[in-house]
Amino acid sequence: MAELVAVIASTHHPFYYRASTATGADRPPFADEWVRKIEAFRATLTRARPDVLVMVGSDHFHQLWLDNMPQFLVGKAPFYDANFYNEEREFGLPKMLLKGHEELSAHVLRAGLDAGFDLAFSNELRIDHSITCPIITLRPEADLPIVPVYTNIFAPPLPQPKRFVQLGAALREIIESWPSDQRVAVIGTGHLSLELGGPRQFGPHGPDPDFDRRAVAWIAGGDIEECLAEVSLESLHAPGNATHGFMDFMLMMGVAGEGRKADYVDTLDLFHTMEAYFAWYPGGQNGEPA
Amino acid sequence: MSRYLLDKFLYTVDRDPALVERYREDPAGTVAAWEAEYAPRLLNCVTHEATTWLAFDDTERAALAAHDYPRLFELGAHPFLTLTLFIAMFERDHAEPLGFQREYAERLAHMTLPYPDIST
Repeated sequence: MAELVAVIASTHHPFYYRASTATGADRPPFADEWVRKIEAFRATLTRARPDVLVMVGSDHFHQLWLDNMPQFLVGKAPFYDANFYNEEREFGLPKMLLKGHEELSAHVLRAGLDAGFDLAFSNELRIDHSITCPIITLRPEADLPIVPVYTNIFAPPLPQPKRFVQLGAALREIIESWPSDQRVAVIGTGHLSLELGGPRQFGPHGPDPDFDRRAVAWIAGGDIEECLAEVSLESLHAPGNATHGFMDFMLMMGVAGEGRKADYVDTLDLFHTMEAYFAWYPGGQNGEPA
Repeated sequence: MSRYLLDKFLYTVDRDPALVERYREDPAGTVAAWEAEYAPRLLNCVTHEATTWLAFDDTERAALAAHDYPRLFELGAHPFLTLTLFIAMFERDHAEPLGFQREYAERLAHMTLPYPDIST
Protein backbone atom coordinates (compact mmCIF):
# COMPACT_ATOMS: atom_id res chain seq x y z
CA MET A 1 0.00 0.00 0.00
CA ALA A 2 0.99 3.62 -0.45
CA GLU A 3 2.74 5.31 2.44
CA LEU A 4 1.65 8.66 3.86
CA VAL A 5 5.08 10.17 4.46
CA ALA A 6 4.24 13.75 5.45
CA VAL A 7 1.27 15.88 6.41
CA ILE A 8 1.95 19.56 5.93
CA ALA A 9 -0.30 22.49 6.75
CA SER A 10 0.30 26.18 6.33
CA THR A 11 -1.17 29.52 5.61
CA HIS A 12 -0.98 30.61 1.96
CA HIS A 13 0.15 34.17 1.51
CA PRO A 14 -0.04 35.31 -2.12
CA PHE A 15 2.49 38.11 -1.46
CA TYR A 16 5.32 35.66 -0.65
CA TYR A 17 6.34 35.16 -4.27
CA ARG A 18 6.73 38.87 -4.93
CA ALA A 19 8.34 39.62 -1.55
CA SER A 20 10.87 36.79 -1.89
CA THR A 21 11.91 37.68 -5.43
CA ALA A 22 12.02 41.48 -4.98
CA THR A 23 15.40 43.18 -4.89
CA GLY A 24 16.79 46.57 -3.88
CA ALA A 25 14.31 49.21 -2.75
CA ASP A 26 11.39 46.99 -3.74
CA ARG A 27 12.36 44.28 -1.23
CA PRO A 28 10.25 44.59 1.92
CA PRO A 29 12.13 44.62 5.26
CA PHE A 30 10.53 41.37 6.42
CA ALA A 31 11.46 39.44 3.25
CA ASP A 32 14.75 37.92 4.44
CA GLU A 33 13.29 36.46 7.64
CA TRP A 34 10.27 35.20 5.70
CA VAL A 35 12.50 33.45 3.15
CA ARG A 36 14.57 31.84 5.95
CA LYS A 37 11.44 30.46 7.56
CA ILE A 38 10.05 29.20 4.28
CA GLU A 39 13.32 27.47 3.38
CA ALA A 40 13.35 25.71 6.75
CA PHE A 41 9.72 24.73 6.23
CA ARG A 42 10.51 23.49 2.71
CA ALA A 43 13.05 21.07 4.18
CA THR A 44 10.27 19.33 6.12
CA LEU A 45 8.75 18.20 2.82
CA THR A 46 12.02 17.52 1.03
CA ARG A 47 13.26 15.12 3.70
CA ALA A 48 10.08 13.01 3.41
CA ARG A 49 10.97 12.25 -0.25
CA PRO A 50 7.40 12.25 -1.59
CA ASP A 51 6.45 10.92 -5.04
CA VAL A 52 3.03 12.54 -5.25
CA LEU A 53 1.33 15.46 -3.50
CA VAL A 54 -2.32 15.65 -2.48
CA MET A 55 -2.99 19.39 -2.35
CA VAL A 56 -5.88 20.73 -0.25
CA GLY A 57 -6.98 24.28 -0.98
CA SER A 58 -9.94 26.44 -1.91
CA ASP A 59 -10.75 28.16 -5.17
CA HIS A 60 -11.21 31.92 -4.66
CA PHE A 61 -14.07 32.46 -7.15
CA HIS A 62 -11.81 31.71 -10.08
CA GLN A 63 -13.20 28.64 -11.84
CA LEU A 64 -15.87 27.68 -9.31
CA TRP A 65 -18.81 30.03 -9.25
CA LEU A 66 -22.13 30.50 -7.49
CA ASP A 67 -24.19 29.02 -10.35
CA ASN A 68 -22.70 25.59 -9.64
CA MET A 69 -20.77 25.50 -6.38
CA PRO A 70 -19.33 22.23 -5.07
CA GLN A 71 -18.58 21.80 -1.36
CA PHE A 72 -15.70 19.35 -1.85
CA LEU A 73 -14.16 18.72 -5.27
CA VAL A 74 -11.31 16.49 -6.43
CA GLY A 75 -9.39 17.22 -9.61
CA LYS A 76 -8.83 14.30 -11.97
CA ALA A 77 -6.77 15.45 -14.92
CA PRO A 78 -3.35 14.71 -16.43
CA PHE A 79 -2.33 18.38 -16.07
CA TYR A 80 -3.44 21.51 -14.25
CA ASP A 81 -2.84 24.98 -15.58
CA ALA A 82 -2.45 27.40 -12.73
CA ASN A 83 -2.98 30.94 -11.61
CA PHE A 84 -5.43 33.39 -13.06
CA TYR A 85 -5.16 36.82 -14.63
CA ASN A 86 -6.28 38.61 -11.47
CA GLU A 87 -3.63 36.77 -9.39
CA GLU A 88 -0.96 37.81 -11.88
CA ARG A 89 -2.34 41.37 -11.71
CA GLU A 90 -2.57 41.68 -7.93
CA PHE A 91 0.17 39.36 -6.65
CA GLY A 92 2.54 38.98 -9.59
CA LEU A 93 2.06 35.20 -9.55
CA PRO A 94 3.43 33.36 -12.60
CA LYS A 95 1.50 31.09 -14.91
CA MET A 96 2.30 27.46 -14.05
CA LEU A 97 1.58 23.98 -15.40
CA LEU A 98 1.49 21.10 -12.93
CA LYS A 99 1.28 17.40 -13.65
CA GLY A 100 -1.70 15.48 -12.32
CA HIS A 101 -1.83 11.95 -10.91
CA GLU A 102 -5.01 10.54 -12.42
CA GLU A 103 -4.69 7.11 -10.82
CA LEU A 104 -4.61 8.53 -7.30
CA SER A 105 -7.38 11.01 -8.19
CA ALA A 106 -9.57 8.14 -9.36
CA HIS A 107 -8.82 6.20 -6.17
CA VAL A 108 -9.62 9.20 -3.95
CA LEU A 109 -12.91 9.76 -5.78
CA ARG A 110 -14.04 6.12 -5.71
CA ALA A 111 -13.01 5.48 -2.12
CA GLY A 112 -14.30 8.87 -0.95
CA LEU A 113 -17.72 8.29 -2.52
CA ASP A 114 -17.84 4.82 -1.00
CA ALA A 115 -16.95 6.29 2.40
CA GLY A 116 -19.94 8.66 2.32
CA PHE A 117 -18.42 11.85 0.89
CA ASP A 118 -20.32 12.92 -2.22
CA LEU A 119 -17.26 14.41 -3.87
CA ALA A 120 -17.58 16.53 -7.00
CA PHE A 121 -14.89 16.15 -9.64
CA SER A 122 -13.30 18.15 -12.41
CA ASN A 123 -11.47 16.88 -15.50
CA GLU A 124 -10.36 20.38 -16.51
CA LEU A 125 -9.37 22.36 -13.47
CA ARG A 126 -7.29 25.51 -13.42
CA ILE A 127 -5.87 25.85 -9.93
CA ASP A 128 -5.32 29.07 -8.05
CA HIS A 129 -2.97 30.45 -5.41
CA SER A 130 -4.38 28.31 -2.60
CA ILE A 131 -2.47 25.44 -4.25
CA THR A 132 0.28 27.27 -6.14
CA CYS A 133 1.44 29.22 -3.06
CA PRO A 134 2.46 26.02 -1.26
CA ILE A 135 4.02 24.69 -4.47
CA ILE A 136 6.10 27.88 -4.63
CA THR A 137 7.07 27.71 -0.95
CA LEU A 138 7.47 23.94 -0.48
CA ARG A 139 8.33 22.52 -3.91
CA PRO A 140 9.35 25.35 -6.21
CA GLU A 141 10.63 22.83 -8.78
CA ALA A 142 6.94 21.94 -9.27
CA ASP A 143 8.12 18.53 -10.46
CA LEU A 144 5.76 16.18 -8.60
CA PRO A 145 2.30 15.11 -9.78
CA ILE A 146 -0.58 16.43 -7.72
CA VAL A 147 -4.14 15.58 -6.76
CA PRO A 148 -6.02 18.82 -6.01
CA VAL A 149 -8.77 18.73 -3.39
CA TYR A 150 -10.86 21.88 -3.20
CA THR A 151 -13.06 22.80 -0.26
CA ASN A 152 -15.69 25.51 0.00
CA ILE A 153 -14.64 27.91 2.77
CA PHE A 154 -15.79 30.90 0.80
CA ALA A 155 -19.38 30.82 -0.42
CA PRO A 156 -22.01 30.14 2.25
CA PRO A 157 -23.73 27.84 3.01
CA LEU A 158 -20.52 26.04 4.02
CA PRO A 159 -20.06 22.51 5.36
CA GLN A 160 -19.68 22.27 9.15
CA PRO A 161 -16.16 22.32 10.65
CA LYS A 162 -16.63 18.72 11.78
CA ARG A 163 -17.07 17.69 8.15
CA PHE A 164 -13.65 19.09 7.27
CA VAL A 165 -12.07 17.04 10.06
CA GLN A 166 -13.94 13.93 8.92
CA LEU A 167 -12.84 14.41 5.33
CA GLY A 168 -9.24 14.79 6.48
CA ALA A 169 -9.41 11.55 8.46
CA ALA A 170 -11.01 9.80 5.48
CA LEU A 171 -8.34 11.12 3.11
CA ARG A 172 -5.68 9.54 5.27
CA GLU A 173 -7.41 6.13 5.22
CA ILE A 174 -8.00 6.45 1.48
CA ILE A 175 -4.34 7.23 0.78
CA GLU A 176 -3.14 4.42 3.04
CA SER A 177 -5.46 1.97 1.24
CA TRP A 178 -4.17 2.91 -2.23
CA PRO A 179 -2.56 -0.18 -3.76
CA SER A 180 0.69 1.49 -4.78
CA ASP A 181 4.26 1.77 -3.61
CA GLN A 182 4.20 5.55 -3.95
CA ARG A 183 5.16 7.91 -1.13
CA VAL A 184 2.37 10.42 -0.65
CA ALA A 185 2.44 13.78 1.12
CA VAL A 186 -0.72 15.74 1.89
CA ILE A 187 -0.29 19.50 1.85
CA GLY A 188 -3.14 21.78 2.84
CA THR A 189 -3.34 25.52 3.20
CA GLY A 190 -5.81 27.78 4.92
CA HIS A 191 -5.80 30.79 7.16
CA LEU A 192 -5.69 31.81 10.77
CA SER A 193 -7.67 34.97 11.56
CA LEU A 194 -8.12 36.93 8.36
CA GLU A 195 -10.17 39.89 7.19
CA LEU A 196 -10.61 40.66 3.48
CA GLY A 197 -12.70 43.54 2.25
CA GLY A 198 -13.68 44.64 5.77
CA PRO A 199 -12.66 47.26 8.33
CA ARG A 200 -10.05 45.07 10.02
CA GLN A 201 -8.05 44.25 6.87
CA PHE A 202 -4.36 45.01 6.32
CA GLY A 203 -3.60 45.98 9.91
CA PRO A 204 -0.13 45.67 11.49
CA HIS A 205 -0.97 42.08 12.58
CA GLY A 206 -3.72 39.59 11.85
CA PRO A 207 -7.16 40.84 12.93
CA ASP A 208 -7.31 38.58 16.02
CA PRO A 209 -3.91 37.65 17.53
CA ASP A 210 -5.63 35.88 20.44
CA PHE A 211 -7.50 33.56 18.06
CA ASP A 212 -4.23 32.96 16.21
CA ARG A 213 -2.45 31.91 19.42
CA ARG A 214 -5.22 29.48 20.32
CA ALA A 215 -5.43 28.16 16.76
CA VAL A 216 -1.69 27.50 16.56
CA ALA A 217 -1.89 25.64 19.89
CA TRP A 218 -4.80 23.45 18.68
CA ILE A 219 -2.97 22.54 15.48
CA ALA A 220 0.41 22.00 17.13
CA GLY A 221 -1.14 19.81 19.83
CA GLY A 222 -3.50 17.89 17.57
CA ASP A 223 -6.33 19.07 19.83
CA ILE A 224 -9.17 18.31 17.45
CA GLU A 225 -11.84 17.83 20.10
CA GLU A 226 -11.00 21.10 21.86
CA CYS A 227 -10.90 22.92 18.54
CA LEU A 228 -14.27 21.50 17.47
CA ALA A 229 -15.74 22.47 20.83
CA GLU A 230 -14.73 26.09 20.35
CA VAL A 231 -15.12 26.59 16.61
CA SER A 232 -18.39 26.81 14.72
CA LEU A 233 -19.52 28.34 11.44
CA GLU A 234 -20.94 31.21 13.50
CA SER A 235 -17.93 31.72 15.79
CA LEU A 236 -15.50 31.99 12.87
CA HIS A 237 -17.00 35.35 11.87
CA ALA A 238 -15.59 36.96 15.02
CA PRO A 239 -11.82 36.67 14.37
CA GLY A 240 -12.16 38.10 10.84
CA ASN A 241 -14.55 37.79 7.92
CA ALA A 242 -12.34 35.37 5.97
CA THR A 243 -11.45 33.15 8.93
CA HIS A 244 -13.54 30.24 7.64
CA GLY A 245 -10.36 29.34 5.78
CA PHE A 246 -9.25 27.96 9.14
CA MET A 247 -11.40 24.93 8.35
CA ASP A 248 -8.76 23.80 5.86
CA PHE A 249 -6.35 23.63 8.82
CA MET A 250 -9.00 21.56 10.62
CA LEU A 251 -9.10 19.21 7.64
CA MET A 252 -5.33 18.81 7.94
CA MET A 253 -5.65 18.10 11.67
CA GLY A 254 -8.02 15.32 10.60
CA VAL A 255 -5.36 13.93 8.28
CA ALA A 256 -2.75 14.04 11.05
CA GLY A 257 -5.08 12.48 13.64
CA GLU A 258 -6.58 13.30 17.05
CA GLY A 259 -3.93 13.99 19.66
CA ARG A 260 -1.11 13.83 17.13
CA LYS A 261 1.31 16.61 17.97
CA ALA A 262 2.96 18.33 15.04
CA ASP A 263 6.61 17.44 14.52
CA TYR A 264 7.38 20.92 13.21
CA VAL A 265 5.77 24.22 14.18
CA ASP A 266 6.77 27.71 13.15
CA THR A 267 4.99 31.04 12.88
CA LEU A 268 5.71 34.51 11.52
CA ASP A 269 3.81 37.57 12.65
CA LEU A 270 3.33 39.62 9.49
CA PHE A 271 1.21 42.63 8.66
CA HIS A 272 -2.33 41.52 7.78
CA THR A 273 -1.90 37.88 8.93
CA MET A 274 -0.07 35.50 11.21
CA GLU A 275 1.74 32.98 9.04
CA ALA A 276 1.91 29.44 10.42
CA TYR A 277 3.76 26.32 9.28
CA PHE A 278 3.24 22.74 10.52
CA ALA A 279 4.49 19.27 9.55
CA TRP A 280 3.71 15.78 10.81
CA TYR A 281 5.51 12.55 9.93
CA PRO A 282 3.02 9.69 10.33
CA GLY A 283 5.75 7.07 9.90
CA GLY A 284 8.20 8.58 12.36
CA GLN A 285 10.43 11.59 12.80
CA ASN A 286 11.96 13.20 9.74
CA GLY A 287 10.00 11.04 7.36
CA GLU A 288 12.03 7.94 8.21
CA PRO A 289 10.32 4.76 9.42
CA ALA A 290 9.65 4.77 13.18
CA MET B 1 -32.69 42.48 -4.13
CA SER B 2 -30.05 40.23 -5.65
CA ARG B 3 -26.83 39.69 -3.78
CA TYR B 4 -26.15 37.00 -6.35
CA LEU B 5 -26.30 39.49 -9.23
CA LEU B 6 -24.07 41.97 -7.36
CA ASP B 7 -21.54 39.18 -6.96
CA LYS B 8 -21.95 38.18 -10.61
CA PHE B 9 -21.16 41.74 -11.67
CA LEU B 10 -18.04 41.91 -9.49
CA TYR B 11 -16.92 38.44 -10.60
CA THR B 12 -17.37 38.90 -14.33
CA VAL B 13 -15.89 42.40 -14.42
CA ASP B 14 -12.88 41.42 -12.28
CA ARG B 15 -11.85 38.59 -14.61
CA ASP B 16 -11.98 40.73 -17.78
CA PRO B 17 -9.20 43.34 -18.15
CA ALA B 18 -11.19 45.43 -20.63
CA LEU B 19 -14.24 45.50 -18.37
CA VAL B 20 -12.09 46.48 -15.37
CA GLU B 21 -10.87 49.56 -17.25
CA ARG B 22 -14.30 50.36 -18.62
CA TYR B 23 -15.85 50.19 -15.15
CA ARG B 24 -13.10 52.40 -13.71
CA GLU B 25 -13.59 55.09 -16.36
CA ASP B 26 -17.37 54.99 -16.83
CA PRO B 27 -19.07 53.29 -13.87
CA ALA B 28 -22.69 54.25 -14.59
CA GLY B 29 -22.43 53.45 -18.29
CA THR B 30 -20.70 50.15 -17.62
CA VAL B 31 -23.30 49.07 -15.05
CA ALA B 32 -26.14 49.83 -17.48
CA ALA B 33 -24.44 48.05 -20.36
CA TRP B 34 -23.47 45.11 -18.16
CA GLU B 35 -27.01 44.66 -16.85
CA ALA B 36 -28.34 44.53 -20.42
CA GLU B 37 -25.64 42.40 -21.97
CA TYR B 38 -23.83 40.33 -19.34
CA ALA B 39 -26.33 39.85 -16.49
CA PRO B 40 -28.45 37.31 -18.41
CA ARG B 41 -25.48 35.18 -19.49
CA LEU B 42 -25.41 31.74 -17.94
CA LEU B 43 -21.68 31.37 -17.76
CA ASN B 44 -21.28 27.75 -18.80
CA CYS B 45 -23.92 27.83 -21.56
CA VAL B 46 -24.19 29.25 -25.07
CA THR B 47 -25.51 32.81 -25.32
CA HIS B 48 -29.06 32.01 -26.37
CA GLU B 49 -29.61 29.97 -23.18
CA ALA B 50 -29.91 33.23 -21.28
CA THR B 51 -31.38 33.73 -17.83
CA THR B 52 -34.59 35.76 -18.10
CA TRP B 53 -35.23 37.07 -14.57
CA LEU B 54 -32.06 38.67 -13.18
CA ALA B 55 -32.08 42.42 -12.44
CA PHE B 56 -30.54 44.84 -9.93
CA ASP B 57 -32.76 46.87 -7.65
CA ASP B 58 -32.26 50.65 -7.63
CA THR B 59 -30.09 50.61 -4.49
CA GLU B 60 -27.73 48.02 -5.95
CA ARG B 61 -27.51 49.76 -9.32
CA ALA B 62 -26.76 53.09 -7.63
CA ALA B 63 -24.06 51.61 -5.38
CA LEU B 64 -22.29 50.03 -8.34
CA ALA B 65 -22.67 53.17 -10.47
CA ALA B 66 -21.12 55.29 -7.69
CA HIS B 67 -18.17 52.91 -7.03
CA ASP B 68 -19.60 52.94 -3.49
CA TYR B 69 -17.80 49.95 -2.00
CA PRO B 70 -18.84 50.67 1.61
CA ARG B 71 -22.44 50.47 0.41
CA LEU B 72 -21.71 47.22 -1.43
CA PHE B 73 -20.38 45.81 1.85
CA GLU B 74 -23.58 46.88 3.61
CA LEU B 75 -25.65 45.22 0.88
CA GLY B 76 -23.88 41.90 1.44
CA ALA B 77 -21.80 41.76 -1.73
CA HIS B 78 -19.03 39.21 -1.22
CA PRO B 79 -16.20 41.21 0.38
CA PHE B 80 -13.46 39.29 -1.42
CA LEU B 81 -14.95 40.05 -4.83
CA THR B 82 -15.44 43.72 -4.03
CA LEU B 83 -11.94 44.10 -2.61
CA THR B 84 -10.23 42.37 -5.51
CA LEU B 85 -11.97 44.40 -8.19
CA PHE B 86 -11.53 47.74 -6.41
CA ILE B 87 -7.83 47.05 -5.83
CA ALA B 88 -7.55 46.41 -9.57
CA MET B 89 -9.16 49.76 -10.32
CA PHE B 90 -7.74 52.07 -7.67
CA GLU B 91 -4.56 50.71 -6.09
CA ARG B 92 -2.64 52.43 -8.90
CA ASP B 93 -3.78 55.85 -7.67
CA HIS B 94 -1.99 55.47 -4.32
CA ALA B 95 1.74 56.02 -3.98
CA GLU B 96 2.16 54.13 -0.69
CA PRO B 97 2.17 50.31 -0.78
CA LEU B 98 -1.21 49.11 0.56
CA GLY B 99 -2.37 52.73 0.69
CA PHE B 100 -5.64 51.92 -1.04
CA GLN B 101 -6.23 48.80 1.08
CA ARG B 102 -5.84 50.86 4.27
CA GLU B 103 -8.11 53.63 3.02
CA TYR B 104 -10.64 50.94 2.16
CA ALA B 105 -10.55 49.65 5.76
CA GLU B 106 -10.95 53.22 7.05
CA ARG B 107 -14.02 53.80 4.94
CA LEU B 108 -15.57 50.66 6.43
CA ALA B 109 -14.62 51.55 10.01
CA HIS B 110 -18.25 52.16 10.95
CA MET B 111 -19.11 48.50 10.33
CA THR B 112 -19.29 46.31 13.43
CA LEU B 113 -20.06 42.64 14.00
CA PRO B 114 -22.17 40.97 12.90
CA TYR B 115 -21.36 42.02 9.37
CA PRO B 116 -24.12 41.89 6.75
CA ASP B 117 -25.09 38.44 5.52
CA ILE B 118 -23.24 37.47 2.33
CA SER B 119 -25.02 34.18 1.67
CA THR B 120 -26.63 33.83 -1.74
